[in-house]
Amino acid sequence: MTGVFMGALIVLTISIMMLVIRVVKGPTTPDRVVALDAIGVLLIAIIAVLSMLLSTYAFLDVIILLAILAFIGTVAFAKFIERGVIIQHDRNK
Amino acid sequence: MKKRKPNDLVLQTVTKVVSFLIILFSIRMFFAGHYEPGGGFIGALMTSAALVLLLLAYDAKTLSTILPIDYKIITAIGLVFAIGTGVGGVLFDVPFLTHAYDKFYLPLLGEQTLHSALIFDLGVYLGVIGVTLTIIKTIGESE
Repeated sequence: MTGVFMGALIVLTISIMMLVIRVVKGPTTPDRVVALDAIGVLLIAIIAVLSMLLSTYAFLDVIILLAILAFIGTVAFAKFIERGVIIQHDRNK
Repeated sequence: MKKRKPNDLVLQTVTKVVSFLIILFSIRMFFAGHYEPGGGFIGALMTSAALVLLLLAYDAKTLSTILPIDYKIITAIGLVFAIGTGVGGVLFDVPFLTHAYDKFYLPLLGEQTLHSALIFDLGVYLGVIGVTLTIIKTIGESE
């Protein structure tokens, strides 16, 4: 069973390396933001496989935490690209 | 031509659901801290993440309408809780910050063990929420 988990980890690592290439040479900022969001999702998958490999429940909180943080970070980046400000004082003004 | 108002229907609807999930997760992290990974610090960071999501989807004025709180006062209340548990130990003739626990019978929950470290953790929770949101709102609202 360990071999299956190691194989999954290798595949996920290769995917993250390809996404890092997209982050480095992405021509526009939205390319980089989407690549960073996908890296966050793949990190979640890596933590899930690692917690199966180490046979522990201790990392399951980290998974939901990373999902929340990746979502909020992506929303903040998207709002910065669209409006130029992240937190407005009054949006109807 | 009239300037169009921004339309964030999807983001605002998702925020209405997800922010409650994040707050529930943060409360769970706060109470799990004694036996499992978690605690006051990460619980407070998750609560402030939910409030930051509200700040992103709406604006600072809406958040101060929902929660009319001065976050500096929240930090002060947290420090009072943390110091109060320490001084409470001194009152019972034991060293500063000595904690105690006992079994209590709560309605609906049955027999539970309550520990005074929970009140210290509540102080950490309120302090971290206050500091984080003071920083974010101070930086975000500067024109």
